[in-house]
Amino acid sequence: MTENIVEIKHASKSFADQQVLRNISLTVKAGEFLTLLGPSGCGKTTLLRLISGFEQPTSGQIIINGKDMVNTPPSLRHVNTVFQSYALFPHMTVYQNVAFGLQCRGVAKEQIQEKVMAALAMVKLDKFSQRKPKQLSGGQQQRVAIARAVVNEPLVLLLDEPLSSLDYRLRKAMQLELKQLQRNLGIAFVFVTHDQEEALSMSDRVVILDEGHVEQIGTPREVYEEPVSLAVAKFIGETNIFDTEVLAVKDNKITVTVEQEQHEYTNKRGFVAGQKVHVVVRPEDVRAWDKVDVPGVTGAMLPGVVEEVIYKGTTVDLMVRLASGKVVATTEFFDEDDPKLEYSIGEKVWVEWTPGWEVILPYEV
Amino acid sequence: MKYDSHFRYFSLTLIWAWLGIFALLAFLLVLGVSFLDHTQAHIVIPRLTFTNYQFLFQPMLLKIFGKSFSIAATVTFFCLIIGYPFAYFLSQLDRHYKSLLMLFLIIPFWTSSLVRSYAIMAILKTKGLLNLLLLTLGIIHQPMQLLFTNVAVIIGLVYNLLPFMVLPLYANFERLDRRLLEAAEDLGAGRFIKVYKILLPLTKPGIYAGVMMVFLPSMTLFYIPDLLGGARSLLLGNLIENQFLFANNWPVGSAVSVILTAVMGGMLFIYWRATQRHERQQVLL
Amino acid sequence: MKKNSSNITRYTWLTAVYAFLYIPIFVVVFYSFNNTQFSLVWHGMTLNWYQDLWRDTNLWVALFHSLLLALCASTIAVVIGSFAAMNLYWYRFRGRHLLYGLVFILIVTPDIVLGISLLILFSLMHLDLGFWSLLLAHITFCIPFVVITVYSRLVDFDSHLFEAARDLGASEITIFRRIMLPLALPAIIVGLLLSFTLSLDDVVISYFVAGPGYEILPLKIFSMARLGVRPELNALCTVIFVITVLLVLLSHMTLRKKT
Repeated sequence: MTENIVEIKHASKSFADQQVLRNISLTVKAGEFLTLLGPSGCGKTTLLRLISGFEQPTSGQIIINGKDMVNTPPSLRHVNTVFQSYALFPHMTVYQNVAFGLQCRGVAKEQIQEKVMAALAMVKLDKFSQRKPKQLSGGQQQRVAIARAVVNEPLVLLLDEPLSSLDYRLRKAMQLELKQLQRNLGIAFVFVTHDQEEALSMSDRVVILDEGHVEQIGTPREVYEEPVSLAVAKFIGETNIFDTEVLAVKDNKITVTVEQEQHEYTNKRGFVAGQKVHVVVRPEDVRAWDKVDVPGVTGAMLPGVVEEVIYKGTTVDLMVRLASGKVVATTEFFDEDDPKLEYSIGEKVWVEWTPGWEVILPYEV
Repeated sequence: MKYDSHFRYFSLTLIWAWLGIFALLAFLLVLGVSFLDHTQAHIVIPRLTFTNYQFLFQPMLLKIFGKSFSIAATVTFFCLIIGYPFAYFLSQLDRHYKSLLMLFLIIPFWTSSLVRSYAIMAILKTKGLLNLLLLTLGIIHQPMQLLFTNVAVIIGLVYNLLPFMVLPLYANFERLDRRLLEAAEDLGAGRFIKVYKILLPLTKPGIYAGVMMVFLPSMTLFYIPDLLGGARSLLLGNLIENQFLFANNWPVGSAVSVILTAVMGGMLFIYWRATQRHERQQVLL
Repeated sequence: MKKNSSNITRYTWLTAVYAFLYIPIFVVVFYSFNNTQFSLVWHGMTLNWYQDLWRDTNLWVALFHSLLLALCASTIAVVIGSFAAMNLYWYRFRGRHLLYGLVFILIVTPDIVLGISLLILFSLMHLDLGFWSLLLAHITFCIPFVVITVYSRLVDFDSHLFEAARDLGASEITIFRRIMLPLALPAIIVGLLLSFTLSLDDVVISYFVAGPGYEILPLKIFSMARLGVRPELNALCTVIFVITVLLVLLSHMTLRKKT
């Protein structure tokens, strides 16, 4: 199960004089749920179209199931796509839509009937086989589009922002359904989205693209907890960023100044003394206390004033202005130990985070 | 795959060959003939000459050009003045009424222009409806000569070409985001500002297309002056008709057509420069 | 108050324009049933003029000629034009913009220019003016309208539809046959009806390329109308108007049903 279904080697793509993808290399493993994540215009849809064959790379290789597929038309790639707008044929019934791909491949009639009904049953639409797409709801159309693609038993299923036109609740439900479907089918999914929450909750691995190149590939946990660049850190989740420099390096420890306080952190990336760095901390890793002396807190406490209190149901978000004028975001979770989680604007607080939960990244402009 | 490309080459070759021969080649022939000579005995003789174009600079012909242009400009002006508010009001109606009224606009658009010109004849003749109406209202005291005047030609052309002005404008208004006008109103724009700053700039493609669709036929629909204006009224279209069918002077007729095509080219160029690609697609059909 | 007055302006304007468009036609229809030769005054209902029409064999011949011509021209124009539109939409071939531009220019080109161009071409080809010259000319001026009608319908569809078909393994011939053709069908029918009407109504181009041996209806009407307003002609124009209305309704319903 570790074989690579799709391998992209040094692929670049330009339209006219504009370079959309730069030297992309990545693999899709058999049976995995891989997500291409990035802001709009980062080239993720173009990358998907290189795999499906609707675009050809300007340079580089697209290898599917061990064969170089550059210049092979989409119909011969054993890859199917679920389009953002579903692209269901409006003049055909649900059944005819799903049967279309099998008919094109010349599958026998009885087999088509069997496979189509099985695919429709899988997405719970077997009762709607004689409807036209227009007579279905958005979620149902989405499921027809998926059934139409998977009925061909592709090596990889490509999904181009398939949930973006659904409302919030339906999107949540479809995320779950898609994930289950992928497990049951056991085929690899390549999923394109700009929604980081969706990417983190569904994927086995996430590819983060920015301005046409791969920033980071990793499990959801890796990209969230150990972002390799500021772009990744900023794109996935909220961040507090402190610009500073390395004062001293000793063994595997480095000393940096954050808000006039000296801190000692583990040197994970071989920083040298004098190098400029960013110290990145997630708001949920920052805690705000209403007094200085708290038992069990080892890090330095930074004094500040609450500027904004945002109640979010399960959490309270604070914006705290530190002595230097910098504003730090914190997310406080309600829990039984601290039932009285109340802050007021103008209140003086002390913020801190557990050493080791921060991420130190080389300085970027 | 092979079958596919045969099909494609066949259908593309067919359209290219067709338009290449019957449109492009045919027009190049007109261009060629406009530089050739003619005698009484032969319609065209193969001798290169510029006399046909020089001939066009005679005062009499310049007068025809001037008259044809001024009639076309007048017709275009009236079509725009009548058609612009009409298209706007039409686009503002409820969906239900709109589709019905659109149908009533498309019917004259499809009806034979000859039949409609004939209908105008019936209205304008000395004992026709218009004179009767004016007499009854006491505006005039004896029947006016309406038919066979320039006014009749202008009325006939406006009547025939109004749908060609309204349809592109209507298509333009339909694609206009109604909220833009509401936003302008919300920001305190009065009626005047709304029209001049929002409506007119946004319907520019429709105006250009409409003007083009009206102006060119106004110079060339020769049968309308033939029916409504008698022999005295001459458009460029009548000039070409006469040169080809009665004077048997094809070279001069061709030269007039070339001038006409140049006017069309100029209008197309202005239209192309003044509008964006997507705007053009919205406006035409 | 202000709203009210603008509403009055709107309805007055709309009514006035529709009156302007329809009153002349209705006057002709009215005259065609009037039992008198010249007067505007109502002299009682008659079908005399229609009976005269019915007995005029020359008109029947011209009508038959026109119908045959319109049928042939519109069919051929629709075949050539629809395939051209589908190719224009689907392929990125060299000269694609040129072809589209040419089609666009042909729609704007004054009929008279096309008419004399074809007259010169046909006389150079030594083609006798008659049915064949008319047919070639009518196909030529119908093609652009078919191309634009079908093309603009295809553009309205989500282009992913055709990519999805390709993705599912459809060959290009399958995409044409099973996706594009059914989707474009209403537009193709409208193109056919529009071409038929255009061909049936054309005066300017036919005027130059028609020969004495093949009389067609519009030219016949033109020569009759030159002689002035006549009851028989009123009846004929009424008949043509009614036929046009039926054709428009038919095309309207075709598009309605499918979209």
